[in-house]
Amino acid sequence: MAKFDTTGAIDCDVHPPSPRRADVLPYLDDYWKEIVTTREVDVLEMNSFPERTLPYMRPDWRANGADPLEAMQKNLLDPLKLDLAILNVVSGAHALFDPYLSAAICRATNDWLIDKWLNRDSRLRASMLVPFQNVEAAVEEIERLADDKRFVQILTLSATELPLGRRIYWPIYEAAEKHGLQLGIHAGSNYRNAPSHSGFHSFLIEDHLAHTQGFATQIASLISEGVFTKYPQLKAVAIESGVTWVPPLMWRMSKDWRGARIEVPWVKDAPADIIRRHVRMTTQPFDLPDDPAEVPKALDHLLSDEMLLFSSDYPHWNFEGLDVLPEGIPDATLAKLLRDNILATYPRLGG
Amino acid sequence: MESSVLERTEDKTETLGVVDCDVHPAFSRPDQLSDYLPERWKQHVRDYAIRSANPLLGTLPYPRLTPGNGMRRDSWPPAGGPPASDLDFLREQLLEQCNIEIGILQPLAAGSVAFNMELGAALCSALNDWQIDKFAGPEPRLRASICIPQEDAKEAVAEIDKRVTDRRFVQIAMPPRTIEPAGRKRYWPIYEAAEHYGLPIGLHTSAFGYRPNTPSGWTSFYLEEHFAASNSLQTVMSSMILEGVFEQFPKLKIVLVEGGFSWLPSLFWRMDREWKRMRSEVPHVKRKPSEYAAENFWYTTQPIEEPEKNTHLLDILRWIGPDRLMFSTDYPHWDFDDPRYAFKVPLTPAEKNAIFRDNAMKLFRLQ
Repeated sequence: MAKFDTTGAIDCDVHPPSPRRADVLPYLDDYWKEIVTTREVDVLEMNSFPERTLPYMRPDWRANGADPLEAMQKNLLDPLKLDLAILNVVSGAHALFDPYLSAAICRATNDWLIDKWLNRDSRLRASMLVPFQNVEAAVEEIERLADDKRFVQILTLSATELPLGRRIYWPIYEAAEKHGLQLGIHAGSNYRNAPSHSGFHSFLIEDHLAHTQGFATQIASLISEGVFTKYPQLKAVAIESGVTWVPPLMWRMSKDWRGARIEVPWVKDAPADIIRRHVRMTTQPFDLPDDPAEVPKALDHLLSDEMLLFSSDYPHWNFEGLDVLPEGIPDATLAKLLRDNILATYPRLGG
Repeated sequence: MESSVLERTEDKTETLGVVDCDVHPAFSRPDQLSDYLPERWKQHVRDYAIRSANPLLGTLPYPRLTPGNGMRRDSWPPAGGPPASDLDFLREQLLEQCNIEIGILQPLAAGSVAFNMELGAALCSALNDWQIDKFAGPEPRLRASICIPQEDAKEAVAEIDKRVTDRRFVQIAMPPRTIEPAGRKRYWPIYEAAEHYGLPIGLHTSAFGYRPNTPSGWTSFYLEEHFAASNSLQTVMSSMILEGVFEQFPKLKIVLVEGGFSWLPSLFWRMDREWKRMRSEVPHVKRKPSEYAAENFWYTTQPIEEPEKNTHLLDILRWIGPDRLMFSTDYPHWDFDDPRYAFKVPLTPAEKNAIFRDNAMKLFRLQ
């Protein structure tokens, strides 16, 4: 029995296995078919997001050769009685260096998502992969798929080649905003830069800890460069981020902004207010005190009950059974995060 | 602005002295440090300058917002020279006005991050002589930090050995933006010496280093950089704990300086959560990461975060524990915290004594 009634909820972070060459071949043209075959482009799994490893695949959820969609239906969609679930493919498409190969893999992955997932279960929605390495192709991909409302956001990583606020990316945000697509920022690094100020870590667990530094600096960049000033409808959704890094960022940035705002005159409001308007966080994993009685205090620091979006992070091993949410979240907050906040965040869900 | 209002009455009866764990002494002229270098390195600096990861020679890559590279506008000494270079004015403006009983010097000059490591070692040694000569020698309320060339552990340990008998040095100073994460074995000889002598190691946020200031490359603005630089302290903590430094050196004391502290509870929760599911990756880490933090780490308070609702700071303080926090001003920098106003929430007398004085007195063995 689940501890929480998730009937009708919308799950904002569900992972299909990232497609291999055989999966995407049918969606590539002859040139790219030849390229990915001859040049051995097959497994596109990132070292910072290794799907094959223990934390990324709960043992009792392994598909063991079965259809991964059927496994997802049986393990997640049916028992949690979800209304909708958003698929996030975190793949090496984000990390490839060749900007044209990356664009081809993004297109093929999106077409594979439509064909093998979205068309087979009406509960599914997806994040669109776009090549940030190739801004022109990213805009083209957004335009190509804009009419398919099942894509609700574009997807990028918490650690990228350049901070996400940089002007080079603005055409992507312009196209996304035009079509009501939000900016999903998922935990992960394409290793263009080391995950820490002191280089690469010895252990995967350290990479996981450092993701919050990636998220915080991406949000700081989007604010400081003026992305939310220029694109007021755009929201950034921090996916798989841990959540409670946000209030310290709000406090520190607002304080620094009071002293340093002449540097960024286009930032008209306190960063904490901008974050409350434009930033959302998914709920799994969730860094919280052990004592459930302390949890409401930690959540109160956001001064908002509109920022949390329900997620399971399926099939990652964050919880046992169907205990998909941490204990201690107040009922009123719970009531909003399961559905209402999500409909308010993603206009393409039709809310 | 509502959030900058004190939610308590100003306490005019405080008489107990404050320990300030972050005071930045300055050179009275740009080449003053050369006075303390041997002739060989004096010539080298004159002929080739000091090469470091700062892309600009003479200007900060993220220029500050106030004159003097981000100084308090009222901190320029009337007798001339840059802020905090004139001991008399430092005594008057910081020690007297803020009732500082003891101030710990944190030199920020580039000894520890000079690309030429032999020059770096000479610069660290010069900084140590200079601190005593100009500040901690003439003013007993000021204490010094042993600057070390941490990338060359052998030289670093030699410098510690050389200074340790001078009790005016109360800690070892090392930058958090090391070439490798701080827990790596190349730094263990330093930790061994620090534990052996019972000297805490203070890691002060540094404005530049060998790697980009975010995992996504370099920020464009100081507004982002100022916050991002503090993140290096998180890496120091997680790397040292997860590499097993405190299993090897259980009595080692680490102070994280000038990074604020409100991010700590979330990091504790995150470390423990991840360790529970991934501890088989790091079998040498025997206990919950937050337990090492509670025993081996201390934090200076500035730049104190200012929650929109002031009382939220009390949650943070109690999650960390008042025995781990130590007050600091960051004098003479623009974002200086004044001990009379920095905490906008009421602390209990016990919390106040601990944070403003006793924790540092005990850790640095100042009495």
